[in-house]
Amino acid sequence: MHKSEMTLNINGEDRTIYARYADTLLYVLRAELGLTGAKPGCLNGDCGACTIDIDGDSMKSCLMLAVEAVDKKVTTVEGLKNAPIQSQFIEKFAFQCGYCTPGFIMNCNSLIQKYPNADDTIIKDWLESNICRCTGYQEIKEAITSVLSSPHKNL
Amino acid sequence: MSWSIGKSIYRKEALEKVTGKAKYTDDYSTSGMLHIKLVVSSYAHAKIKAIDTEKARAVPGVRAILIGQPFPLTGEEISDRPPIAFDKVRYHGEPVAAVIADSPIQAKKASELIGVVYEPLPVVNSPKEALLPDAMLVHENLTSYERIEHVYPEPNTNIADRTKIRKGNMEQGWAESEATVEASFSFAPSDHIAMETRCVIAEIRPDGFVVFSSSTQSPYMIKKLMSDYFNLEEGKIIVKTPLVGGGFGGKVSVQLELIAYMATLAVGGRPVKLVNTREEDMITSPVHIGLDANIRLGATKDGKIKAAEILYMFDSGAYSDKGATVSRAAAVTCTGPYHIENVWCDSLCIYTNHPYATAYRGFSHSELLFVFERAMDMLAQKIDMDPIDFRKKNSIMPGDTTPTQTRLNQSTVGNLPNCIDQLKQLMNWKDGQVTQISERKIRVKGVSCIWKTSTIDSEASSGVTVTFNADGSVNVMSGIVEIGTGTKTVLAQLLAEKLKMDINNIHVKMEVDTQTTPEHWKTVASRGTLMAGRALLKAADDATEQLKDIASRVLMCSPDDLEVGNEMVYVRDEPDTFINVKDVCYGYKYPSGYSIGGQVIGRGSYTLRHLTHIDHETGQGKPGPEYTVGAQGVEVEFDTRDYTYRILKAYSVIDVGKVLNNKAAKGQVMGAMSMGLNFGSSETFVFSEDGKVLNPRLRTYVPYRYGDHPEYVVHFLETPYIDGPYGARGVGEIGLIGMPAALANSLSMAAGVDLNKLPITPEVIWKVKGGGG
Repeated sequence: MHKSEMTLNINGEDRTIYARYADTLLYVLRAELGLTGAKPGCLNGDCGACTIDIDGDSMKSCLMLAVEAVDKKVTTVEGLKNAPIQSQFIEKFAFQCGYCTPGFIMNCNSLIQKYPNADDTIIKDWLESNICRCTGYQEIKEAITSVLSSPHKNL
Repeated sequence: MSWSIGKSIYRKEALEKVTGKAKYTDDYSTSGMLHIKLVVSSYAHAKIKAIDTEKARAVPGVRAILIGQPFPLTGEEISDRPPIAFDKVRYHGEPVAAVIADSPIQAKKASELIGVVYEPLPVVNSPKEALLPDAMLVHENLTSYERIEHVYPEPNTNIADRTKIRKGNMEQGWAESEATVEASFSFAPSDHIAMETRCVIAEIRPDGFVVFSSSTQSPYMIKKLMSDYFNLEEGKIIVKTPLVGGGFGGKVSVQLELIAYMATLAVGGRPVKLVNTREEDMITSPVHIGLDANIRLGATKDGKIKAAEILYMFDSGAYSDKGATVSRAAAVTCTGPYHIENVWCDSLCIYTNHPYATAYRGFSHSELLFVFERAMDMLAQKIDMDPIDFRKKNSIMPGDTTPTQTRLNQSTVGNLPNCIDQLKQLMNWKDGQVTQISERKIRVKGVSCIWKTSTIDSEASSGVTVTFNADGSVNVMSGIVEIGTGTKTVLAQLLAEKLKMDINNIHVKMEVDTQTTPEHWKTVASRGTLMAGRALLKAADDATEQLKDIASRVLMCSPDDLEVGNEMVYVRDEPDTFINVKDVCYGYKYPSGYSIGGQVIGRGSYTLRHLTHIDHETGQGKPGPEYTVGAQGVEVEFDTRDYTYRILKAYSVIDVGKVLNNKAAKGQVMGAMSMGLNFGSSETFVFSEDGKVLNPRLRTYVPYRYGDHPEYVVHFLETPYIDGPYGARGVGEIGLIGMPAALANSLSMAAGVDLNKLPITPEVIWKVKGGGG
């Protein structure tokens, strides 16, 4: 197994690692960098548990090779520091087992940064890429809408 | 004043979970750890003619390859399952080999080079097919298997177990029935889809201790079963369970642990990790049970149910595992929450060539209630009675008996009629069940009543210890697995209430380690709060007694005169005479230097009282403690032209005994409702004619996503359960169990046909209405 040196910018730090060109970013984050916040749930982009942020856009880290992240800014849930969505997830009881939570939080956070006035349609477009099996999604809706600046009706 | 009970306390592990620091089994790795990759069957039923591992062994990094052996055979009630298939495969996805290699990539590469030669066999593709006289046998030597005493496999059939309910006099019941309905129901197996796929790490230490880390609901059961199957000393098995990413019953069974143990044994005890892919998690590991059912129900013209005859045929798949227990639980509550004097029920656990079944949230109740509550609507319609009035008239009440002839009282059954009344009001039932809203769209309501008890092992127990820190704060240790239900936070609330102290000074150990955490039987059956709660209250009493004992010698009075509260031990009628808990919880040191006492360690354990096995011929017995009852409803918007629909609102009114954490309880109920609606409307495995699962991935299986959810309306009633902590009843599963029935009732009303198959997709409605010829 041939591994190559690559330098990734993760949560504001340059980290040099050795990985195969075929390794996904998710695998490298977890196995090489010890950042286990991004979770494997399906490894083919269906569930969103591995969602991270790349240059301001949310991305499923199982659908991206580590080598593709070179020269990009990667933010994982470990890189969030007191983001409003984190406290709102607690406040609104928006998680139970917590396994999908890092992915949801990263997706919500990118959405909030990009569309601070997102309406219900935009929220649905973004968040339907993640699966939560514990809540009935109602609490997640309350958490995201409480952070966004525009008023929201029920879906 | 309440210190903590009823308050929406945030879960103790909340910060870990929103920062990504929360650790689940697969998040732990050590250098030198080896990785296991399974090879699984591509057939539902076939002889294994040959397995060629030569090419796989040549892959660099491969350390060992396991294939099936005749022994041990495993299973909780009937030992019918080899951990890796031997001689033949009985379901699509069954493990046939396991590769152990240095890296996951090498293991996967080698697994793809293993050649298995199969000779396909005829497939048993449903419980009904399994019961045909000339059906292929899934297990030819059923009688040769070891089994527990209370399971009844029938030789030379595909019946793994049969539970019988014989209550009252059926002849009389039918004679008194002026109207009857008869119907058949079915749904195929489906899956739990916990977001964390199952994972296990195993190693054998040089001193012979076998250490597991597993994403399980049953760490203590792993210990017991591994000891039974592999003849290991139980005390030398340690199971650690960190946070678990959802289970819903799916992580009750012991499966991957068996393979991981054999794997570590094959590589000299080195640590090995086995993590399911999503596809394996869906079909290789056990699934949500399927069902075929027939029911006949009779009532008088004025709506009193007189007779129920029910045949439940559960699709346990290739192995009996928990299927037998599930089918037994269905018999126990077979009639739904109604008082019926004459009941005949046979509940069968049946082998097929489907993935094998285990527990699923609600443990047979959403399944049996779908059948029974649909029949209730059909019968109400036949006698031209309002479906809610019909249900209320037959509600189970204190003084009535269950199908197993247990007499109930207010404490054990709660108040169903009140739940029904509240639901009726919340749903504006008087405005009618059907509202036309446009030329093609209508809004339609449907309901279901619910009840559930938990038929768990009569000797199942739970233990809790509480230890004090020198600052007066308390640690709680319980064998409950924190799987998302928040039970460990509820334990902290119970302790805060009991010791009248600030919950922030109560610390809960989240991880389970069977060597140091007191046993909690299994984290299942909505039993955590009751059993661990009672154990905790006992531990708190024990600690209180010790605190008072030490304080009494400092304050020079009898311990009987003392109270504990506000982190002080004080004289009851002179509270100004006190000593702080922190000054006695590690004993007390007199000015002279003399010391008395030591660290206060409170202990408590609890076992459910007076539970029995049920009689094999009549079903008589008391297999569960209390019931939780409730009434649920669904409102759909239905397109009468293309049969698509949207679920607008879902309602639950549940008698929970006592609300311990309001938002957490509502969250449990809403999440369960979502799961029930998902099961009713879209979740199923699709089987090919040769028994293969065609949709074992999230893209084709279709779990609910954000935006699919309806508006939830959840109300609680509080009729105390005297034996429960502060009166609480089980709440973890109950929100799910009436949802498929309520949905089916609303859609049957909307479509004007009886929809008796799940999931109810527009295509199913179209077919039942005669579409497609």
